[in-house]
Amino acid sequence: MTVLPYPVAGWIFLIGVYGLVTSRNLIHAVGCLAVTQSSTYVLLLAVGYRDGGTAPVFADAPTDSRVVDPVVQALALTDIVVGATVTALLLALVVQLRKRHGTVDPDALSELKG
Amino acid sequence: MSARARLWIFLVGAAGFAVLFAAACIDLPAFGTVPHPYGVRAVRAALSHHTSNVIASVNFDLRAFDTLGEETILFSAVLGTVVLLRQARDEHRKDPEPAVVHPRVRRFALLTLACALLVGLYVIAHGQISPGGGFQGGVVAATALHLLYIAADYRALERVRPLTLYEIGEAAGEAAYVITGLAAVLAGSAFLANVLPFGTLAALSSGGTVPVLNAAVGLEVTSGIVVLLARFLDQAVEIEEPGEDDGGPWDSGDSGGNGDEQRERA
Amino acid sequence: MDTARLLPLVVAVPLLGAAVLVATGRRLPRLVSDIVGCAFAAATAALALLVLFRAGHPGPGTYPVEWVGGWRRVGIVLVGDPLGAGLAALVSLLVVTVLVYSWRYFEEPPRRHTGSFPALILVFQAGMCGFALTGDLFNAFVFFELMGVVAYALTGFRVEEPKPLQGALAFGVVNSLGGYATLLGITLLYARTGELGFAQIGRRLDADGPDGLVLAAFVLVTTGLLVKAAAVPFHFWLPDAHAVAPTPVCMLLSGVMVELGVYGVARVYWTVFSGPGGLSHPDVTRALLVLGVLTTLLGAAMCWRQRHLKRLLAFSTVAHTGLFLIGVAVLTPEGISGTALYVLGHAGVKAALFACVGVLLDRYATVDEHELFARARELPEVGVLFAVGGLALSGLPPFASGLGKAAAEEAAGHTAGWLPALYVLVSAVTGGAVLRAGLRIFAGVGRRPGKEEGGPETTGEEEPETGGRLGRIPVPLLAVPAALLAASLALGVIPAVASAVGRAGALFTDTGGYRRTVLDGHAAAAPAHLPPHWQLTGILLGLLSAALAIALATLAVRRPVHTGAAALFAPVRRLQSGHIGDYVAWLVAGAALLTVLTVPGIR
Repeated sequence: MTVLPYPVAGWIFLIGVYGLVTSRNLIHAVGCLAVTQSSTYVLLLAVGYRDGGTAPVFADAPTDSRVVDPVVQALALTDIVVGATVTALLLALVVQLRKRHGTVDPDALSELKG
Repeated sequence: MSARARLWIFLVGAAGFAVLFAAACIDLPAFGTVPHPYGVRAVRAALSHHTSNVIASVNFDLRAFDTLGEETILFSAVLGTVVLLRQARDEHRKDPEPAVVHPRVRRFALLTLACALLVGLYVIAHGQISPGGGFQGGVVAATALHLLYIAADYRALERVRPLTLYEIGEAAGEAAYVITGLAAVLAGSAFLANVLPFGTLAALSSGGTVPVLNAAVGLEVTSGIVVLLARFLDQAVEIEEPGEDDGGPWDSGDSGGNGDEQRERA
Repeated sequence: MDTARLLPLVVAVPLLGAAVLVATGRRLPRLVSDIVGCAFAAATAALALLVLFRAGHPGPGTYPVEWVGGWRRVGIVLVGDPLGAGLAALVSLLVVTVLVYSWRYFEEPPRRHTGSFPALILVFQAGMCGFALTGDLFNAFVFFELMGVVAYALTGFRVEEPKPLQGALAFGVVNSLGGYATLLGITLLYARTGELGFAQIGRRLDADGPDGLVLAAFVLVTTGLLVKAAAVPFHFWLPDAHAVAPTPVCMLLSGVMVELGVYGVARVYWTVFSGPGGLSHPDVTRALLVLGVLTTLLGAAMCWRQRHLKRLLAFSTVAHTGLFLIGVAVLTPEGISGTALYVLGHAGVKAALFACVGVLLDRYATVDEHELFARARELPEVGVLFAVGGLALSGLPPFASGLGKAAAEEAAGHTAGWLPALYVLVSAVTGGAVLRAGLRIFAGVGRRPGKEEGGPETTGEEEPETGGRLGRIPVPLLAVPAALLAASLALGVIPAVASAVGRAGALFTDTGGYRRTVLDGHAAAAPAHLPPHWQLTGILLGLLSAALAIALATLAVRRPVHTGAAALFAPVRRLQSGHIGDYVAWLVAGAALLTVLTVPGIR
């Protein structure tokens, strides 16, 4: 067996952060933050997987069937909602920022220093 | 800091992070063999409450308190967006232009709208027995409504979208969740305890309070997403930036409100 | 009703209030929505205090534990231990004062959204209370994010201006990133233990020795919490956000939210990582101590160099958070209880200072120390409050901030002999900076500061937050800071407070007792402890730092600024660049630093 699926999460986290660090556009930066967050989905679902497990829904499956961990799936759902709402809020800030500063380039924002 | 220095700091940090995460991965149990004591208990608990979708049971029964927080995050993000994307004092609002839509596009969009709305409501209603629930169905239902923007134009969308009603709907969804929890306390149980009869496994009415909370979340998410999208669309379609004034009178420029007055008058 | 049953209500009541305000806020007049907001916040405060008094009862040292939904060991647990319940009470009381303060503060709320500001504050309250009470790691993450989302929106509340938007965006990006690091850490812990409750994870971890996974989980979880706590190098968002947020929001951000980050670090460490399966005490002490010392030194230095009053106070919060982190780092009950008392006193003092700055902002449309020179001579009441606040910030006895500082520095002195000197120095510098500004603004002492340096800095022209400039100062704007300072004083002199905090610290650090109380329902008796109390050394050191603060302030206004010092500080100040990319890069580097500091913890 293998642990390979887990480092994928670390990789996604780092490329998302790389995008944030080098971003020249705040909308792109908010997107990179969403990429970073998707690393948590990957790790959660990877941790929850069980060999030979099926979806934890017993509507038409016998109640003793082997299922993957339902808890991490619920956590991932919560996580997705958090991510979507944070993205919306940050984009709202960027919309207003564009109007007030006339730019979405983080290099051009210089109101707060020192 | 120069872009170069910034990149170096990041690279040093990233190297540290990579080593740390790699060390963690090596010590993780092999893929597919992680022990799941909590998961096993959750499955047992869900079945004991006759909820066939265990994820719904975790979300709306076992860890319903998490979902209260999650719902509130959405609630406050929508509230925050409404506040942040309000019409600023120096902005004004113009009426959206009527659009010409090809009849074929219109027919197709209206058909899809009906289907999508139905699917959304179905997904909300069946959250306790099959994959889905208030969050997923709410998003489908809310976005379905916006097909009207494609089928007709923004004015048509505004007519079926009385924002006041949706804002109240959003608050009602949030309140319904809290009140369901408080009702359990009044019934002498713990907050958010599942005090309703559980029904039969895999029936639409199974799961006790799970479908109730699911519906509350569905209401909140549908209304919340509609309000959220409305604020963003207003920015794109209706609100004009300061300085972009084409000589027209500042009809509502000094009100500081969202211009809803005009809309409601219309 | 059973006390434990009240715990979830501390979160539920403000949420209900927020829902009511949003549903009716469009129709209600301003006054009614403010009263509704205050009523819900006050009801929550009453609940939190009730829990605290029942939990803080001396005698058999038990505290309430509630499994939400009745799902024992399967659901989410809320724990009303005296420290957590005390923080929830502190949060709630501060929220009430903030709502009273903003009663006359925003003269012009967004039209047709009169309810939105109090509603957001109520949700903020629910998030902070939930974070303080929860005994579940993932639930803590949810409340962490809830606090964050509301705080970003509140920070950017004044959309007509460019600065708040920039500050809010940096705040949002950096905090969210920290939150995701925490979630990665939580997931790693779940992979190892298959549990989410603090107590359950801790027990399972103790079955095996620490390894790379435990280390990674600790570093990642702590990274997010330290971002919230604004420890160096995760702190960059804080001054930018605090300088631009509406003043009532600053009172909450600086007064309690940042401190909740420190609380989170301490809570997670003591419940999850302090056993044999966690990390060794010396390594955690080293890691937190290094970060704490860096934080407090940088915060104090930057605080001294500011002329934007809100930024000055924000950096003083960074400096004090560093001191709180040191108090936690020594990993003793005395360190925790001293720090808890320090946080209590600091919350009142810092909120009062922000409240005074808010008055200046609304009257003169600036919070710039240089521009305000001698202009506020006409406001002697505000000047007195500001000066008292500065002295209390410097640890003057008998304020609670003074007693907390005395107790924390004594506890820290047992770990390293030079730490008390650091407490004195940092208190003196931050208090001195406030007093310096006060002397210039309210008394017009010394020379009018000229344009002397070309380094990076933020000046303080701001739009007033009221409709127009204030003529007469409304009563709440003066009564609130006065009440907050009086409360800080009272907490320092009432012996019952100190003994209750001492007991809270002892219960907080009793890992086995916590786990037994939560999981097995055994009552945990409070271990033997020494509550914080006034000692001669503490009083003398408090007087010393207050005297030093006065001396520094007098010197600064009398003598011209040394340009050499300014040039020396310029590179440090340049780090605070306002650039989101920089802040994110520092966050990752900080996580790596934390790893390096903690790594010897693995055998």
